[in-house]
Amino acid sequence: MKIDLTVNGQAASGEVEARTLLVDFLREQLRLTGTHVGCDTSQCGACVVMVDGKSVKSCTMLAAMADGCDLTTIEGLANGAELHPMQQAFMDNHGLQCGFCTPGMVMSGLDIVNRHGRELDAATVRRELNGNICRCTGYQNIVKSIREGARAMGD
Amino acid sequence: MYSFSYHRPASVAEAADLIANAADGKLVAGGQTLLPTMKHRLASPSDVIDLGAIAELGGIVVNGNIVTIGAMTPHAEVAASGEVQEAIPALAALAGNIGDPAVRNRGTIGGSIANNDPAADYPAAVIALGATVRTNRREIAGEDFFTGMFETALEEDEIIVAVDFPRPEAAAYMKFENPASRYAIVGVFIARTAVGARAAITGATDCAHRAHQLEEALANDFSPAALDDFQAPVDRMNADIHASAEYRAHLVRVMAQRAVAACA
Amino acid sequence: MREQGIGASVRRKEDQRFLLGKGRYTGDINVAGQTHAYFLRSPHAHAVIEGIDTSAATAAPGVVAVLTGDDLAADGIGPLICGVTVTSDDGEPHRAPAHPALAQGKVNYVGDHVAVVIAETLTQAQDAAELVDVKYRPLPAVSSTGEAASEGQQQIHDVAPDNVCFNWPFGDKAANDEAFASAHRISSIELTNNRMVTNPMEPRAALGEYNSGTEEITLHMTTQNPHVHRLVLAAFNQLAPEHKLRVVGPDVGGGFGAKIFVYAEELVVGWACRKVNRPVKWTGDRSEAFMADAHGRDHVSRAEMALDENGRFLAMRVQTTANLGAYLSTFSTMVPSYLYAFLLAGQYATPLIYSEVKAVFTNTAPVDASRGAGRPEATYLLERLVDVCAADMDLDPAEIRRRNFIPKDAFPYQTPVVQCYDSGDYEAALDQAMELADYAGFAARAEEARSRGKLRGIGFSSYVEACGIAPSAAVGQLGGGVGLWESAQVRFNPTGNVQVFTGTHSHGQGHETTFAQLVCDQLGVPFENIEVIHGDTARTQFGMGTYGSRSLAVGGVAIAKACDKLIAKGRKIAAHAMEAAEGDIEFADGNYTVAGTDKSMNIAEVAFTAYVPHNYPEGVEPGFDENAFFDPMNFSFPAGTHICEVEVDPDTGVVEIADYTAVDDFGKLVNPMIVEGQVHGGIVHGIGQALLEGCRYDSDGQLVTASFMDYAMPRADNAPDFRVGYAPTDPPHNPLGVKGCGEAGAIGAPPAVINAIANAIGARHVEMPATPETVWRACQSAA
Repeated sequence: MKIDLTVNGQAASGEVEARTLLVDFLREQLRLTGTHVGCDTSQCGACVVMVDGKSVKSCTMLAAMADGCDLTTIEGLANGAELHPMQQAFMDNHGLQCGFCTPGMVMSGLDIVNRHGRELDAATVRRELNGNICRCTGYQNIVKSIREGARAMGD
Repeated sequence: MYSFSYHRPASVAEAADLIANAADGKLVAGGQTLLPTMKHRLASPSDVIDLGAIAELGGIVVNGNIVTIGAMTPHAEVAASGEVQEAIPALAALAGNIGDPAVRNRGTIGGSIANNDPAADYPAAVIALGATVRTNRREIAGEDFFTGMFETALEEDEIIVAVDFPRPEAAAYMKFENPASRYAIVGVFIARTAVGARAAITGATDCAHRAHQLEEALANDFSPAALDDFQAPVDRMNADIHASAEYRAHLVRVMAQRAVAACA
Repeated sequence: MREQGIGASVRRKEDQRFLLGKGRYTGDINVAGQTHAYFLRSPHAHAVIEGIDTSAATAAPGVVAVLTGDDLAADGIGPLICGVTVTSDDGEPHRAPAHPALAQGKVNYVGDHVAVVIAETLTQAQDAAELVDVKYRPLPAVSSTGEAASEGQQQIHDVAPDNVCFNWPFGDKAANDEAFASAHRISSIELTNNRMVTNPMEPRAALGEYNSGTEEITLHMTTQNPHVHRLVLAAFNQLAPEHKLRVVGPDVGGGFGAKIFVYAEELVVGWACRKVNRPVKWTGDRSEAFMADAHGRDHVSRAEMALDENGRFLAMRVQTTANLGAYLSTFSTMVPSYLYAFLLAGQYATPLIYSEVKAVFTNTAPVDASRGAGRPEATYLLERLVDVCAADMDLDPAEIRRRNFIPKDAFPYQTPVVQCYDSGDYEAALDQAMELADYAGFAARAEEARSRGKLRGIGFSSYVEACGIAPSAAVGQLGGGVGLWESAQVRFNPTGNVQVFTGTHSHGQGHETTFAQLVCDQLGVPFENIEVIHGDTARTQFGMGTYGSRSLAVGGVAIAKACDKLIAKGRKIAAHAMEAAEGDIEFADGNYTVAGTDKSMNIAEVAFTAYVPHNYPEGVEPGFDENAFFDPMNFSFPAGTHICEVEVDPDTGVVEIADYTAVDDFGKLVNPMIVEGQVHGGIVHGIGQALLEGCRYDSDGQLVTASFMDYAMPRADNAPDFRVGYAPTDPPHNPLGVKGCGEAGAIGAPPAVINAIANAIGARHVEMPATPETVWRACQSAA
């Protein structure tokens, strides 16, 4: 079946099987490999993307379900080489190590800002990150990055 | 995942038609349980009927003392709804603590109760609040809806349209989370209503159920202390690597007492 | 200090690509004509395979090939090897059962590899795998570590009676027994060290390509040590001659040990791509990681300490049973032996230590190194025992540690268990940690917690570890099959920028930044003009890879030595160009200067001259590109004290980490930001082991914790912010003055957490993971 959607501000379309997962469509057909797959039980959050402005685990959504939707992936945040304030905050605060969970963390961070605003306390960020698993960082610097990124988004 | 035919009907009638005519059809709401199951090849429906495009299934309406939540309303929307927060704050809080934020953006109340996972949160609210499940055919009392592990009163091709929650005087849900899945190891929903206390338990047994014994214990004294001697039946409790039956029974009391305290 | 040199918290070079979604992990790579591999795995823990019928699968749509162990054997590929020999108490080498990459007649754990299906698409391969007809005859399974060697258990391997791989005693038993006989008091503890699934966030993957024209195999894979993989695959698994095999570890999403080893999947992919003459890609999913990645830990131990009347340690004895799983993974035998028993002295001057390790086979996934590897097990046992000693002697846990610490003027200190610690000041770390943690204020905090119905406890952990894994001679004496030096090449390009080739591999550690800082500092080249290259056997010379917190302590020194050579060569070139004597040339901040003059030449100009040697010193080779190898004299011995405070809810047993302080001695810090990140990650890994993570098999050998739904990984809300401090000492054997830091947290944290819980609830011991139910039950019995 054919799907048409908007990805990172650009029209995209593709021929998919009904069983094609959104994440596979993004990675294999659109070659947007920044979105990762770290588990098969919808828990690690490495695959989080924005669908119509809301965070979604793209491993737990069919590509067909995204027909007509407006998607943002990690590749859609920066302006060329100029990082989005949330991305910049991750760099400034050493919010990533191996980088594998990072795209999902950044997208979830943006979703937290959307729902809780730009002044975030650490407890809120820690609670709201419970759908994203990182093995490297111990989370402290991710929490710091999201809080600082949130503040910087208004600047 | 096995292959299947995908349908995206625009109305409940069309969806009902599709499911009735499918060899082995499956309705999908948010897909947060069905899709992982299918990914592991543990389900192989011939047809998947996506309810996501049916506008009449969404939305939250408060009418007098009834809070109506459309079946396809995602948890995040319930959690963030000012109207729900005002009318039944415990329901908004419950919705806001299901799974994780991304799951809450997709998962829906209709999907949750139709799936009836024994550790899901919503069933406890539906039962304890005395909600009514409205389908494309009839109305089902919340208490009668959940019939067994992953089983409900729904017919094969019946579709949930909305759930009507009567506003309680006070209510609270206390969930003891599985540290891995974040499902309820034990969840206790307590409501204080005009006609007395109502209670429901999820996670502890094979199916969410009304907790008459808790209600009786609270009938004359709606206080945590009234449950000091409460004992949940150990032999009915689930047991797994995360919690033994004895521990679950203990948690039922502790969560119930905390819920009662939170109703104050 | 240069702005981006040693000691600066420079932002990481690697972050830009990761943050843009432009990382390039193995799963991101696709090549023309690629096929997909799917492994058919055993659903049984232990079974004889009576037959495999692949005909229906082979005929299925899109299937290119269905390959089994017979095909592998016919081509002479494999078996998988274990590279470290441990001599058992009968004088024989450890029992080493054959480890075919695809089963031959028998499966020995759930997830064991039965066949591989190669098809045009992954779903076609999965669909076809369901058509492979395998006739199993199930056998009784062995899954319990403690009972694997007991009488009446099913024997798994013909070569290993009683399922014993080795019995390995170490130390002077007679002297030890004598000390125990005259002790004032004996304290003892029995405990398990829970089995862990290492779980780097990127599951393993491999992409094999074969060029029939050059007969070269290129294997992109999730590896922490590409050259070691190539060496083993070539020399022991007969995949291809070493010069016809290229192993590339591109961006790798975490390792923590799990990507050190030579596994079946990567070998089979490399072999299959030649067999079907098409590229073959395998991307493991998390379920496969749970089943078939090497797991970690899994010990059952008893330890006793003989004490004098002042609480001084006279002697310690330890009995440990270590589960190695169904087969021996690449370095498995080393973990519960050399990496474990040789660390049992910890920070203490215990004069006598005797240990007996029994390593057993079970019908579970192979067990091998996982963040810390052996050292967390030793530290947990020792630091729990020390707290029990403190309780028995009615001493403060800080005081008993202090009384038994190796004093700072005793270094180098020869322990009774082989290791000779090079430097340390354990009391300094303890003092600083107590200060940072406000130990003096603990009683008031506990009191305040009690008013909220919570039990607050405090726990200490004073650890030492041997990392910076090397030196080669020591490893060789111990039965290791490899050298453990490291290599580096530092190359100036004619235009003055620098490429640094390292044999280590970065999969989160930030080598591209840290190593560039070293070079920036030493050569005075701008940070942005330095590129660190790793992970490709076709680009870098042979190196040993990254594990055991060795990359900076060993690999970093190799880089510094290569820089030394460049500086020396440059001096000759600069002297010639500036018409001065070589002895008059000084080098600083990237400039060669004629002493006492303002004549100078930048190192970039020297590099250009070396490549365009028109005016050049006689006898000096052109080019500006140097190699170095470094084989250290000793291990690196980071140490520190961690203090954890917990609050326990006695009604539910829920434990909250209320506060956590880590003071570590990592020697000199090159990039404090990165070091602190390593500390954070290690601590949470350790908190995961202490509170959440426990891999479980049932008595039939079925994996019960087979996904993140049942195996609890630590998340952001499981820990607070940490207090981190440093109490550095200067390791005399390390030219850079650095120690390893990547594993320390995972080593220090588990006992700190459990000691805090035991303190909170007044229990002698609480097993890991200290789940709410475990703690609730302990509260019940303590009450």
